[in-house]
Amino acid sequence: MIEGRTGKWETVIGLEVHAQVISKAKLFSGAATGFGAKPNTQVSPVDAGFPGMLPVINRFCIEQAVKTGLGLAAEINLHSVFERKNYFYPDLPAGYQISQYLQPVVGHGRVSLDMPNGTVREIGITRLHLEQDAGKSLHDRHPSLTYVDLNRAGVALMEIVSEPDLRSGEEAGLYLRKLRSILRYLGTCDGNMEEGSLRCDANVSVRRPGAPLGTRCEIKNVNSIRYVMQAIEYEARRQIEVIEEGGTVEQQTRLFDAARGVTRPMRSKEEAHDYRYFPDPDLLPLVLDPDWVERIRADLPELPDARKARFMSEYGLSADDAGVLVAEKETALYFERVAQRRESKVAANWVMGDLFGALNRLGVGIHLSPVSAEQLGALIDLIADGTISGRLAKDVFAEMVASSADPAAIVEAKGLRQMTDSSAIEAAIDTVLASQAGRVAEYRAGRDKLYGFFVGQVMRATQGKANPALVNQLLKKKLAG
Amino acid sequence: MSDLALLALNLTEARDGLARKMFSARELAAAYNDAVSKAKPLNAYITPTPERALAMADAADERLARGEALPLDGIPIAVKDLFCTKDILTTAGSHVLDGFHPPYESTVSDKLWQAGGVMLGKTNLDEFAMGSSNTTSWYGPVENPWRRPGDNRPLVPGGSSGGSAAAVAAHAALAAIGTDTGGSIRQPASFCGIVGLKPTYGRCSRCGVVAFASSLDHPGPMARTVRDVAIMLSAMAGHDPRDSTSAPVPVADFEKALTGDIRGLRVGIPQEYRVDGMPRDIEALWQQGVEWLRTAGAEPVEISLSMTKYALPTYYIIALAEASSNLARYDGVRFGLRVEGDGLEEMYELTRAAGFGAEVRRRVLIGTYVLSAGYYDAYYLKAQRVRTLIARDFAAAFERVDCILTPTAPSTAFAIGEKSGDPIEMYLNDVFTVPANLAGVPAISVPAGLSGDGLPLGLQITGRAFDEETVLRVAQVLENAASFRHLPSFLAGAGR
Repeated sequence: MIEGRTGKWETVIGLEVHAQVISKAKLFSGAATGFGAKPNTQVSPVDAGFPGMLPVINRFCIEQAVKTGLGLAAEINLHSVFERKNYFYPDLPAGYQISQYLQPVVGHGRVSLDMPNGTVREIGITRLHLEQDAGKSLHDRHPSLTYVDLNRAGVALMEIVSEPDLRSGEEAGLYLRKLRSILRYLGTCDGNMEEGSLRCDANVSVRRPGAPLGTRCEIKNVNSIRYVMQAIEYEARRQIEVIEEGGTVEQQTRLFDAARGVTRPMRSKEEAHDYRYFPDPDLLPLVLDPDWVERIRADLPELPDARKARFMSEYGLSADDAGVLVAEKETALYFERVAQRRESKVAANWVMGDLFGALNRLGVGIHLSPVSAEQLGALIDLIADGTISGRLAKDVFAEMVASSADPAAIVEAKGLRQMTDSSAIEAAIDTVLASQAGRVAEYRAGRDKLYGFFVGQVMRATQGKANPALVNQLLKKKLAG
Repeated sequence: MSDLALLALNLTEARDGLARKMFSARELAAAYNDAVSKAKPLNAYITPTPERALAMADAADERLARGEALPLDGIPIAVKDLFCTKDILTTAGSHVLDGFHPPYESTVSDKLWQAGGVMLGKTNLDEFAMGSSNTTSWYGPVENPWRRPGDNRPLVPGGSSGGSAAAVAAHAALAAIGTDTGGSIRQPASFCGIVGLKPTYGRCSRCGVVAFASSLDHPGPMARTVRDVAIMLSAMAGHDPRDSTSAPVPVADFEKALTGDIRGLRVGIPQEYRVDGMPRDIEALWQQGVEWLRTAGAEPVEISLSMTKYALPTYYIIALAEASSNLARYDGVRFGLRVEGDGLEEMYELTRAAGFGAEVRRRVLIGTYVLSAGYYDAYYLKAQRVRTLIARDFAAAFERVDCILTPTAPSTAFAIGEKSGDPIEMYLNDVFTVPANLAGVPAISVPAGLSGDGLPLGLQITGRAFDEETVLRVAQVLENAASFRHLPSFLAGAGR
């Protein structure tokens, strides 16, 4: 709810997400799809709309869409149709985009969101359909000409449309993160918003609580989750202001200006295109074999919700910890490799604490972590078997982050192996106590607080290598005289 | 053999002559190259490729010498300029494709070359195959090699494969390939006195064929005899993974279907094809055709194709809707003509205004209209429903009969400019041919006689989907009975 001047308002949001399908080849041609290639090097005559060239459906892209549909608990439509969406633009070579319109390959589904208050919200998915991406117009290469790069033209996109079930920018952010997580678990989209493999349009309207839906505005192509949240919050407040000042919201398409944090009108309903959709006569209807769909279903990987439940039951993690660890597929895999045959809570603490901290400082994802799961596991083992102390382990970890070296090698090289020889520790204690005779007397006179000081001195004398438990045990005995 | 004697051979005879080393493929190609230049007044070719013809003929001669002859080795073939040919100018008869040299070869032409065929050149056509008289080409009209006796006015060859038909009729090609969207192979075949076959939809790949109306475009062969056409089809047909609408159906040796035996076949005679105003001689020839087939042992059966009267409007809605979208790619951005303007929109407008002729512009406008919001249901969607009914009409008929006999066109060739400017009058020429395109079933036109004014007339045999064999078999019986031996005045005038 947003508090306006005249009372409470509810924001209603539906998101259209364009997710680039992970596939080596394009949706209707064999051309490659890699990101960052030189302009117009991944273009077949089909993609360039050359005369007489015909689209042929890439079976793998269909499989990816079906897999995604199943991951969204959605209906799979065994009969779907590719249509042509007609409009002129230089980066749309054929003058039409092949897309699905009336009969998409995936129907109703849902995504559940873990809300901050611990509840779960179900967000409806209206549909998922496949379509071709357009090329890219480059306006900045020449003072008066526009260049066109067709590398992206024809790349497969899944458009995933949500029901207008979202109620705030924050919920929209949660939804996008969850959707991205599911796509990554499935391996159907890499979810990389900076490279444009995940793009989002937001439909936003406001209403009085319980009132019918208001007029919506569509905010186009916002390229980060944070911007989506900002754009929605801005847009909702803008609409409330318009209404509260006696105006009416005009249905229009708006662009988010990230630099200024505002939305600006792009075109109004009257200027909307007539896309003249009709079934593409070059393609037969897409008919799926139900057995094939079932085989894809059977091969689905474990998805975030199921993995979270398993982490809670199998590893005894809290809902919050499990939620954090499963959010990214790579993190979950990493954690499981660390936790294997080890104390799971210790593993979780290392991953969420020291590792996340280090990755944050380095600004990299877990897939680029300088410390592998096996190395972190080995470090935990060194603590568990008493080779190093927990305190020294922090130093070893820092060194692992810096050098990517194995913990055992670091321990050896720096001579950090824990001192467990009680006679050596005893000797160290004796030396400390002998040099601090005055403080020993004070302690024995009842100044208990000095105990920590002696521990510190002993650890210092042993370069931190002394086994803390042994130090404790022996020191107490010696001090007791 | 003299050039004249060489040119008088049909494809089957030339094939046998080459096999028996009576002449070389190079001699044959040279004779045809010469014939192509002599036929220049007909404007049948946009781009002759004489050097390529000789090179391909030499390669054929080598294979023939080694005894490794391919099915079409050394056969000179003309290609409608709607088929993309690698590195050879491909125009679709349109200004908008100026200078377009495709980096690929159409599947059908490629199959012909793989079978040993010799490419003579690219033939003229109505712009983007839109027309029934070959008068809309940017490269000028094609003349029919036939003229009415005692009348020197040039006549149209029909369209849109008018250049291919005229080239074959004028002995400036042994065979040709065309495309048939609403009759564009059969009607010019009828007008020029040759055989033209529109195969089943999906039988010949559309890959590399400049699209007019994707769901209606059918590549097919044109030649002098039914056997020639059967030989061509065997080489052209087959599933193509690059065309999703191409059918994974085995290809027969169609020549083997020509048994001459049609005893017991049931031949449908659709009452709805007796249209008002059909010339008497066409009506009479149709009746004659029925008798020929009866004499050969077939059984004529009166049938009804009740949806026939809706075929033409249905066709013109679907074809133009698809065309409006298919032609959107000619925008001046990537290939062909570009007329610079002040900004993008003006470049589009100027390029398309200059690049497209009046008929293409008209069709793009109509096609855009019938797909527009608010009109889609009333036009496009309804037309698709009627199309389904037309296909059902044929399916029901083919439960009772094995093929259907009709005239190919309601008229003979007319003079350039003889028809009024009313496009509807021109569209009516397709009345007997469009139903087979809408239903996707195979249909052939066979020259069966001369009209009262001395021009060729074709009869059409339509068959079941993928049953080209019956169509060809009946067509050959008709051909034999009609024994059409007349030559066009162009050949007579050349002293042949």
